[in-house]
Amino acid sequence: MYTTELQKQPSKPVAATEPQELIDAFEARVAADEFIEPKDWMPAAYRRTLVRQISQHAHSEIVGMLPEGNWIGRAPSLRRKAVLLAKVQDEGGHGLYLYAAAETLGTSREEMIEALHTGKAKYSTIFNYPTLTWADIGAIGWLVDGAAIMNQVPLQRTSYGPYARAMVRVCKEESFHQRQGYEIMMCMANGTPEQKEMAQDALDRWWWPSLMMFGPPDDESPNTAQSMRWRIKRDTNDELRQHFVDVTVPQAEFLGLKVPDPKLRFNEATGHYQFGEIDWAEFWNVVKGEGPVAKERMHDRVKAWDEGAWVRDAAAAHAAKQHSTRQAAE
Amino acid sequence: MTTASSSAASRPDPALFDYLLRLGDDSLILAQRLSEWCGHAPMIEVDLSMSNVALDLVGQAMLFLDYAGQVEGKGRDGDKLAFHRDALRFRNCLLVEQPNGDFGQTMARQYLFSTWQRLLFQGLVKSTDAQIAGIAAKALKEIEYHADWSAEWVVRLGDGTPESRERMINGFAWMWRFVDELFQVDEIDAAVAKAGIGPARDSLRSDFDAALKSTFEAATLPLTPLPAAVLGGRKGHHSEHLGHILAEMQHLPRSYPGAVW
Repeated sequence: MYTTELQKQPSKPVAATEPQELIDAFEARVAADEFIEPKDWMPAAYRRTLVRQISQHAHSEIVGMLPEGNWIGRAPSLRRKAVLLAKVQDEGGHGLYLYAAAETLGTSREEMIEALHTGKAKYSTIFNYPTLTWADIGAIGWLVDGAAIMNQVPLQRTSYGPYARAMVRVCKEESFHQRQGYEIMMCMANGTPEQKEMAQDALDRWWWPSLMMFGPPDDESPNTAQSMRWRIKRDTNDELRQHFVDVTVPQAEFLGLKVPDPKLRFNEATGHYQFGEIDWAEFWNVVKGEGPVAKERMHDRVKAWDEGAWVRDAAAAHAAKQHSTRQAAE
Repeated sequence: MTTASSSAASRPDPALFDYLLRLGDDSLILAQRLSEWCGHAPMIEVDLSMSNVALDLVGQAMLFLDYAGQVEGKGRDGDKLAFHRDALRFRNCLLVEQPNGDFGQTMARQYLFSTWQRLLFQGLVKSTDAQIAGIAAKALKEIEYHADWSAEWVVRLGDGTPESRERMINGFAWMWRFVDELFQVDEIDAAVAKAGIGPARDSLRSDFDAALKSTFEAATLPLTPLPAAVLGGRKGHHSEHLGHILAEMQHLPRSYPGAVW
């Protein structure tokens, strides 16, 4: 997930140096739902927005391995351990295809990782919350991956070809993740009183951060209109959020769990759930890097990268030696 | 599951049970160690490979421990054996419980284990116990990859930069004392080998040494005589590390006995 626009500032206007006929032809292709491919001409602002969005998505997948990885060693059965390992491994795979998709726009993986580690690039706010009990693994699959699916399914038709194709693969795996999460929640919600308490507590803690995953309200998303015109985004933040609430509330009821929102009620007239006000101050704090475990997440990523430098250097040195040996033999 | 009962009926059950625990515990404990890397590896590709190896090993552990439970006949399944046994009852070799250290140390451990496990499983696919032969046939395909993948890293790091070479040497220096245990034959192995259930462990040594020699040559690493062996894992006398591994792994099922997850 993790594709929400987290920039508060409107994008810079298209540079005046770009020829109008190229811009017009590009806009017409996008409007006709054609895919834009890496070698095609595209406005600089489109390229910039895509690099930001795809790399943010990739970073979210990689940082997202940490809260769930936190429980692999403590998974309560061999089957749960295997499923969680497979799931976290999928997230890493998604990160890899997304970095590859973003690299087709001319930014290297190292540059993107550098931007993450220096705080220039963002990742989904949801991963700055801690995983405290096993029920959190269920809640992440159910709510976080559930929200991710809602955001990502429309992106299978996004205008940039490599991104759209990466999303097709990602979406297939996300639906497995969502099901395994819900299955953990069912098991716990129907389990011992302690398990049920953990399940309710996990819903209490993850509900609001999950709603925040869809990003700021539409009237505070200055770039939404442009992104929708470019088919980088297909639905607005508020539309997706409403859809998520409508789908998820009955699932919580089925589990016998209570959604932590006293204002939540079904509106017969609109056919939608009405829900309470999101704490946007909390959201913007988390975006700024002040989430409860933001420091731990960045510390872990930077440490893994720095401590892995000698391994990457060795792999490059060895490959160079092999290459020169082969050349000498030819 | 008919093979389980027929093979269990005609053979010395305690030896077979213990043998299956050795197989299952080796895979389980190494998977637990490798999982510690998840999300923290030097690059995403390596993270994916390590999780993949860990996943294969968990799969092997499930199959062997479930079968061990059937052979034992006391109603314990793989989960019961994995999460409700204490260190004295674990039968894994000392090698797999060694700390990850840096990536060089992890690869040294993986290479030694997978190279040995490949030879062992090449024997197990011919087991007179149909269930073991079946599990081994499935696992051998995975193990071939683990052995090749870790050998490639040993070569890459050994023949990479001066730093990686030194780290690789240090990684092996930590692990050498645990190699002899892999080939140690006790009464369980003797009984199992006699019944044709598994290969005699000492018979694997010459192929293991040959594989090591070839990888170390490619990696331009020195092979020196092994230090004195440290033994005990197969009898439940482990390093200090295993207790901590189990404390983490078993915490949830032990804290909430009777809960289903």
